[in-house]
Amino acid sequence: MSMDLSEFLAVFFEECYEGLSAMEAGLLALDAGCTDAEAINTIFRAAHSIKGGSATFGLNEIPQFTHALETLLDQMRNGRCTVTRDAIDLLLESVDCLREMVDGTKAGTELNAKRIALVQRQLENMLSIGESASEPIASPAAKEHPSADKSNPSCWQIFFRPHAHMLQSGNDPYRLFRELATLGHLQVEADLSSLPSWVELKPESCYLAWKLWLEGELAREQILEIFQWVEGDCDLKVEKVEERADETQAQAESEVLGERQADIPNEVSSPSATGAKNERAGAGQNTGSIRVNIEKIDVLINLVGELVITQSMLNRFGEDFEQLHMNGLRDGLIQLTRNTRELQEAAMHIRMLPIGASFNRFPRLVRDLGNKLSKRVELSMSGENTELDKTVLEKISDPLVHLVRNALDHGIEAPEVRKAAGKPETGLLQLCAYHQGGNIVIEVKDDGAGLNKEKILRKAQEQGLVSASDTFSDEQVQNLIFQPGFSTAEKISDVSGRGVGMDVVRKNINDLGGHVQIRSEANKGTILTIRLPLTLAILEGQLVRIGTEIYVVPLTSIVESLQVEPTRVSSIAQRTGLYKLRDEYISIIRLAQVFHGHSHALDRGQLVVVEADNRRVGLAVEEMLGQQQVVIKSLETNFQPIRGVSGATILGDGRVALILDVPGLVQGCIDRSLTPIAA
Amino acid sequence: MSSILAVDDSASMRKMVSFTLEQAGFEVVQASDGQEALRVAGEKAVDLVLTDVHMPGMDGIELIKALRALPDYRHTPILTLTTESSAEKKAQAKTAGATGWIVKPFTPDKLIGTIKMLLG
Repeated sequence: MSMDLSEFLAVFFEECYEGLSAMEAGLLALDAGCTDAEAINTIFRAAHSIKGGSATFGLNEIPQFTHALETLLDQMRNGRCTVTRDAIDLLLESVDCLREMVDGTKAGTELNAKRIALVQRQLENMLSIGESASEPIASPAAKEHPSADKSNPSCWQIFFRPHAHMLQSGNDPYRLFRELATLGHLQVEADLSSLPSWVELKPESCYLAWKLWLEGELAREQILEIFQWVEGDCDLKVEKVEERADETQAQAESEVLGERQADIPNEVSSPSATGAKNERAGAGQNTGSIRVNIEKIDVLINLVGELVITQSMLNRFGEDFEQLHMNGLRDGLIQLTRNTRELQEAAMHIRMLPIGASFNRFPRLVRDLGNKLSKRVELSMSGENTELDKTVLEKISDPLVHLVRNALDHGIEAPEVRKAAGKPETGLLQLCAYHQGGNIVIEVKDDGAGLNKEKILRKAQEQGLVSASDTFSDEQVQNLIFQPGFSTAEKISDVSGRGVGMDVVRKNINDLGGHVQIRSEANKGTILTIRLPLTLAILEGQLVRIGTEIYVVPLTSIVESLQVEPTRVSSIAQRTGLYKLRDEYISIIRLAQVFHGHSHALDRGQLVVVEADNRRVGLAVEEMLGQQQVVIKSLETNFQPIRGVSGATILGDGRVALILDVPGLVQGCIDRSLTPIAA
Repeated sequence: MSSILAVDDSASMRKMVSFTLEQAGFEVVQASDGQEALRVAGEKAVDLVLTDVHMPGMDGIELIKALRALPDYRHTPILTLTTESSAEKKAQAKTAGATGWIVKPFTPDKLIGTIKMLLG
């Protein structure tokens, strides 16, 4: 019987990753000298599930490795092995190694046998009682019986007397006989001598005994295996009939049912194991799947149900329309609008994952990095349940890692420095995520030294990013760290300092439609704030008209909009200008000039004030239209990238409207390099 | 058609076991831990219970004890799915009232064979 296990493999791999995360979290929470059996038990259980599952799916390397890991955890759980810092480190390394093995198996790539063997050896060395680790694991491939044990046709005599309570474990003598009969020719004789009278007979007790003769090509082990479940619940003697008189009899009578599963060699491979291996290669490709909470699906199905009701209601009007049904039709359309919006929200919600999935790598990262840099850091996280789009989540992970590394490397000081500055020796690193308006905000906060402005400025001058004569506000200095090639590290460590960091971080975040902000105070610490849109696929937009074309300005970047008062405009050049907004001057970007190469008179139009990278500019448009949600279509995949445009959308009437890339426009305005596109 | 209750906190194992047994013509109900298994077992008397040993909350051993206390399950075959090769764990399960065990890893054929043998 062949089984297609590949579809379960995908689920199994996900469970492996969950199990590994649980192990990691458990290990990180574990302190040296811990005797809390339940804490260790949780870690053990995760390792145990991975071992059991991987063995069943025929992934032979993983159970081999996990076995040693599990044995060590088992000994810790029982107090036979003490929980030391070294042991925790080794277990964490094992988790990494195991994760690599799962990755490799999933992707169908070669495993790093050297590393696996090394870690496994370290685990085995740590085991206080070595022998249990070397106990091999049965593979599903293993044959039930070593053929060497098979003897020539022989006759076995079996005495079997169940104890009175044996039936209560659900074991039925008849089942045993049926099984024995599959091994050879079976003869059974019942011994009724212990049967009590009807009055004394308890129907749930067993009073019978049996004598059985089994003839066939079989070994004693095969017989004993059938009786293994009732070991201890019965008297059992297995004897070879021809040998009754010889010296092996005594040995036969005292035969103890052993742990034979453990002795089964694991070199033998079976079709099912190799089959699983082939399927593994197929399942290895990233299918881009997502695990969705069942409640979200229920909501969706519910909404589809409502949509169907609305549709049938509208249908009724359509079939037989009269003027007096107008109100009903209008109600139906309102309901349809609501249904559509709710459905859209619910569908978008499916893509949302809690940011905890990205956060959970940080306890480990902070611990390892803290050790490496000899700094003491406490990590506190909040808002792990804040949900954001899967794509955003995936793309934000690396920038976050970078920021956390930076905070540890540059932000938090060494314990003695902190002490001298009157701060607690242990630094505090905070990661928070929360919703704010239509955005997700992620903050990376440390209570370290803060940005050293003089040092930044000096380095920036050395690196030729700014000239010595320029003067800068604090904010501008802080923003220098986002310049490509900027680094203040005195020496390049493997932690940070290559200067390929913050500009890439900012670029990645901008690519996601978000922005990053830095606030720092000397000796108090640094706060990096990342603002991200909830989703990449849909955006709340303000429609604006320029000439005959309609453009979409993302609502999240709009600060305000106003009618242009010509007296407040100071023209500097033809395509730019300044607008006096209350006490502040902001640059004007004439979108008509940018996109169409000619401009309209400013006094006819309106100004949409937008903000990006902490800078405000006014977008001059001819007319503000409505606001609506638009579905973003990529220009790059459908056409080609255009500066100042982040994408396109299709409006209700079928027209295509371009979505403005506000950060890009603002940046261009700063660079003064924005040339007309349609020039 | 005999019915089997498959209890495992790992969804992949549960699915694999259910799929295998359903292919073999058994009716399978699933539960992800001891508590849920007890509830399911109370709603419908199944012919055989197959349970993992290590589960969060109510583990397999506790489940077996609880099931054996129910009149419907006094003699129902209960098998543990275990990677434990230690005599200690098997003894614990046996004391709790388990009929026997199937050692992980097992092949689908082994699982079906064992269960068919038990259910006759």
